[in-house]
Amino acid sequence: MSLVEAPAQRSRLGSSADRVGLAALLIATACLVAIGGKWVSGPLTSVVVLVLLAVIVGVIVLAWRGGTEARRLLAPYGLLKPGMLWLGLFFLAPLWSLLRISLSTKESRFDINYNFSWAFENYQTAFTEFGGQFSRAFLYAGIATVLTILIGYPLAYVIAFRGGKYKNVLLGLVVVPFFTSYLIRTIAWSTILSDEGVVVSFVKGLGLVPVLEALQIMDNGRLLNTPAAVIGGLTYNFLPFMLLPIYVSLEKIDIGLVNAANDLYSTNSAAFRKVVFPLSMPGVFAGTLLTFIPAAGDFVNAQFLGNPNTTMIGNSIQDQFLRQNNYPVASAMAAVLMVSIAALVLLYTRLFGTEDLA
Amino acid sequence: MIRSRTKVGKQLLNVLAGVALVYLFVPIIFIVAFSFNKPRGKFNLIWQEFTWDNWLKPFSDPGLTDAFTRSLEIAAISTLIATFLGSLMAIALARYSFKGHNGFNFFLVLPLTAPEIVLGSSLATLFLGQNFVDFGLVTIVIAHVMFQVSFVALTVRARIRGFDWTLEHAAQDLGASPMRTFWKITFPLILPGILAASLLAFALSIDDFIITFFNSGSEQTFPIYIYGASRVEISPQINVLASIVLFASVAILAIGNFSGKRKGSGRKQRKLARA
Repeated sequence: MSLVEAPAQRSRLGSSADRVGLAALLIATACLVAIGGKWVSGPLTSVVVLVLLAVIVGVIVLAWRGGTEARRLLAPYGLLKPGMLWLGLFFLAPLWSLLRISLSTKESRFDINYNFSWAFENYQTAFTEFGGQFSRAFLYAGIATVLTILIGYPLAYVIAFRGGKYKNVLLGLVVVPFFTSYLIRTIAWSTILSDEGVVVSFVKGLGLVPVLEALQIMDNGRLLNTPAAVIGGLTYNFLPFMLLPIYVSLEKIDIGLVNAANDLYSTNSAAFRKVVFPLSMPGVFAGTLLTFIPAAGDFVNAQFLGNPNTTMIGNSIQDQFLRQNNYPVASAMAAVLMVSIAALVLLYTRLFGTEDLA
Repeated sequence: MIRSRTKVGKQLLNVLAGVALVYLFVPIIFIVAFSFNKPRGKFNLIWQEFTWDNWLKPFSDPGLTDAFTRSLEIAAISTLIATFLGSLMAIALARYSFKGHNGFNFFLVLPLTAPEIVLGSSLATLFLGQNFVDFGLVTIVIAHVMFQVSFVALTVRARIRGFDWTLEHAAQDLGASPMRTFWKITFPLILPGILAASLLAFALSIDDFIITFFNSGSEQTFPIYIYGASRVEISPQINVLASIVLFASVAILAIGNFSGKRKGSGRKQRKLARA
């Protein structure tokens, strides 16, 4: 997408300015990660700070003295730099320090300081003591993701193909509920599902309690504080992340293709299976990632809608980090969560990957 | 026979979609309805009787009001910073082709795909055991900007993808300086995209709980206050403020949609974005 043609003549300094710009940006980011991640310490820190300043000043001098061509080549890196440095210091460096703390030990619960000591036993603790929370997190998030597809797809389909002039209004209606706070929505669900709430008395009135208990949705006549309630909350809260990408990919489909299939004597269901559904796969794919990842790390739904036996890994990380002040084990759990999600995403991309994700 | 079957199928799909739409609104109706409840005791969880009191006194819960204004302040500051940083990145990515373009694109998506709990806890480990900044307002703003920047950059980039950059050449051919070209031509044209992105970023900031929870120290934002209060007291004012936010968002959405239609710019931009 080269939109600006290169001038015929380039000065030597100018023509390599983009390489300089890229290198400067990467070096500056690396310096910030090194400082923020406590990779370097003592006098080395000041050296790194000096390198960082030298690189920034160097690029400014180059842009100032290098002429129009150099400035044009440096411009994108200059525009990216402030944001990249922010993300370097507050997104990349924290990941590094998380890994570092996950391998550290702490003297006692009340001690703020920790010592880096390749303490792999934190990971052992994470797996042995919190294995159940890990598997529940992935199980609940997986079920919730499937449910969001089942609920979201028909709605996205109807809006995209039958919405007509109400398309925007319907889309607005889908988004509106999510302008209320996430916590308040979840607390509202805990009230709706509570023992004195409408849903339970309705189910009781219809005599459906044994059926729902057989399906393991209810437990001892209760809806709240069951795994089903947690999964239901996750499904509700992440539904738009599934629905909107599916809608976007359905909306792109040329209705002429469906008509062509029908002209060729395809039944409606065959046209859907062979034409519409495959073309909507990028949306389902993106929606799955956008739903599964936050759902697996969530702790709000499990806290308000679940019971002590339905806690997910997010609850454990939160509890260990903020209540027990056990940063090393909490960090180990967060690192495991991050790595396993990255692995799942890679696997999933390999299996169902589509190119137009980004 | 076949015809009637497909008709039933068509109706069934509409019904499914309708049920899904109703499902989306169940808790919302509940929240708005309970803002008119007069609870007995401290928890506004069981319907008692209708009252206007809560709406007449939306700020009678001082802790809640403080937390709410604090959330608005934080959202305003962080959105300003994130919109500035993110828009620059979006312009770089949409306007120029350069070495490492795809790499930066990919990197920007990463913060949006990491689970919030990992972002929150890892950022907190950065602030642990250093003497520069205490947990509080500053760390919350830093955290919010962190997840807003990617969001703004990607949204603005998508909105200005179809922008006709040759307009800049036209302006410069007519003798405008680069600065003048930017402020007179480029900026007004990409401004709607930037505004839309910053509105969404503002909403993200107000609603964020998990990342904020790890980095707030003793500072109370709206979600954090609700979280803490939910154990001891759920006042109907929570529902009132939530309803106000809801209605304000709907109004902004409706106005945006209406004015977009009037100018015809919304549709044109969407067409451009798709191209």
